[in-house]
Amino acid sequence: MKKEAKKTLIKLVVAVPLMFAFGFALVPLYDVFCEVTGINGKVFQSEYSEELVTDDGRTLAIQFISTNNENMPWTFKPSEQVMKIETGKYHGATFYVKNTTDKKMTAQAVPSVAPSNAAAHLKKLECFCFEQQELMPGEEALLPVKLLVSNELPSNIKNIILSYTIFDITDYDDEVLAHNQMAME
Amino acid sequence: MSAVIENHHDDHDHGPAKGITRWLYTTNHKDIGTLYLWFSFAMFLIGGAMAMIIRAELFQPGMQIVEPEFYNQMITLHGLIMIFGGVMPAFVGLANWLVPMMIGAPDMALPRMNNLSFWILPFAFFILLSSLFMEGGAPNFGWTFYAPLSTTYAPPSVTFFIFSVHIMGASSIMGAINVVVTIMNMRAPGVTLMKMPLFVWSWLITAYLLIAVMPVLAGAVTMMLMDIHFGTSFFNAAGGGDPVLFQHIFWFFGHPEVYIMILPAFGIVSHIIETFSRKQLFGYSSMVWAMLSIAILSFVVWAHHMFTVGLPLAAEIFFMWATMLIAVPTGVKVFNWVATMFRGSLTFETPMLFAVAFVVLFTIGGLSGLMLAIVPADFQYHDTYFVVAHFHYVLVPGAIFSIMAAVYYWIPKWSGNMYDERLGKLHFWLSFIGVNVTFFPQHFIGLAGMPRRYPDYALIFADWNMVSSIGAFLFGFSQLLFLFIVIKTVMGGKKATDQVWEGAKGLEWTVASPAPYHTFSTPPKVD
Repeated sequence: MKKEAKKTLIKLVVAVPLMFAFGFALVPLYDVFCEVTGINGKVFQSEYSEELVTDDGRTLAIQFISTNNENMPWTFKPSEQVMKIETGKYHGATFYVKNTTDKKMTAQAVPSVAPSNAAAHLKKLECFCFEQQELMPGEEALLPVKLLVSNELPSNIKNIILSYTIFDITDYDDEVLAHNQMAME
Repeated sequence: MSAVIENHHDDHDHGPAKGITRWLYTTNHKDIGTLYLWFSFAMFLIGGAMAMIIRAELFQPGMQIVEPEFYNQMITLHGLIMIFGGVMPAFVGLANWLVPMMIGAPDMALPRMNNLSFWILPFAFFILLSSLFMEGGAPNFGWTFYAPLSTTYAPPSVTFFIFSVHIMGASSIMGAINVVVTIMNMRAPGVTLMKMPLFVWSWLITAYLLIAVMPVLAGAVTMMLMDIHFGTSFFNAAGGGDPVLFQHIFWFFGHPEVYIMILPAFGIVSHIIETFSRKQLFGYSSMVWAMLSIAILSFVVWAHHMFTVGLPLAAEIFFMWATMLIAVPTGVKVFNWVATMFRGSLTFETPMLFAVAFVVLFTIGGLSGLMLAIVPADFQYHDTYFVVAHFHYVLVPGAIFSIMAAVYYWIPKWSGNMYDERLGKLHFWLSFIGVNVTFFPQHFIGLAGMPRRYPDYALIFADWNMVSSIGAFLFGFSQLLFLFIVIKTVMGGKKATDQVWEGAKGLEWTVASPAPYHTFSTPPKVD
């Protein structure tokens, strides 16, 4: 084989694993992209920030929705369906859960925000979705969320929907979950 | 392109080995091309039989022939087999036969890898088809295998499916590498890049697309494998993953894949229209640039397959405009073909009939694609039979007609015999009528709201579905005539001249018919 042909061959053979790796690189890139642009309704945990707190906020309705994923048997619902809040102020809300089975179970709630361009302005100081919930048979709990909607929220948004889907993760491998948990925060 | 051939007679020249080992051990590009073409023909018939089952079930509303679970397996395997087993290997087969002869090279650059890339394919499809007989049945999640349908809810055979996709990917990547190395390094002196025949150009671009996206597909199925067996959560929301991520990764592969299946067709049709118009092809360099721009644009339009997943408005607008932009280079090509025919001295032998039908019907498929690109309209069209009609118009009278045209056009060179023109024309008209009767009504039922991938439908769709099924049976069974014509031609017939067609240009027409086992052992001289 000619020398140039070998060169072409090597370049192409190197390109293949690079593109394979690129496929995997899309996974974190996709998360980073969502975080930067705030699309996809993903909200990440944020620190308490004095700057975000203002007195000249406007009132806004925030609506809570709870969904059980497929066979998840728990009772899961927001304590209040709609809450009046003010932008630039921290507010707390709670969700009620009850393990209705006779087994110890672990759950994970996954949040989503609509409209998606509100996600970047929704700051969560505290959320039960950042950790897993382990409940004994028949045990119930009130799960807290502490959030602030930044004053920079586009003025055409008059209400925000915060939705949680609760998943049964009892049978999941702990180590893998811990790793995924870190990726979410 | 004109060439002067010196007829060296090499006494050490040897023909093919005898018996089955000729095909098992062969490193000859013509043998491997033949293997690929026969393999793809076999897959075309198997995938076609599945299409017949689908259309038989849809002949009337209600469940008649198969169970819904089996129906789902049929639509999944039909798609996978036609794409990865029918169209792609057929184009690789044509590349093997034609690329070395068109650029004046003695063989492909990597003959042993060529053998390997073919011989792993039958195993891939054996594995895929064997899943039909496994517990839980074959893959049933559609050829796009969206997670979590293909992970959490998949039958156990999904692991075999993943393995077979890995093998198909490896085969395509090796084939593509071989094509690029051959084209970049083995052109005869004088065959500069901008003098290359368009089929060679189209394959050079296709090969680069394959090398770029097949590894991404391999990555996607590997992630599925890890989610299913190793407890990761790439596509599982409960563990921090995202099912929409699967669609992004899949279509990053999937959209360039669409052009992988059509660019070589562009090359083929350009040659055939040029020959039977007895004129020079109109706008050669614009054809090359059009293919390059289509290939580049194919990487930035993937999300138009997922307008309804809840993309932000800015993304929907971007992907809509980027998609519409592709109509520009595609339009350049269509107008060039028409301009080539304009005032040409046209004759309509079978390859030309298929090529002209390609131009007309592919354009119909392209225009319905443009309709689907419009975001607000797509919310209605998404996952209806309109989409099915669209992609069958670009793939059946698009890609597959071009492959049939190529077979009729070059088979005299491959076999040394002319095919039966009367039967060829009969095959064309049956196919042409069959394809339109099958797929045109699907536009109507799609716009009326019939969703794809269901074994049953509402009564209002009954009439057009019956028409569509009748067309499908006509088209399907006419392909047995094609099989007969090909076998008849290979067995014997009127001897072909070296040039075969009056207006044919290019190096492959300068060698004897049938093409000797070894051609261009010494490079031809090209002005």
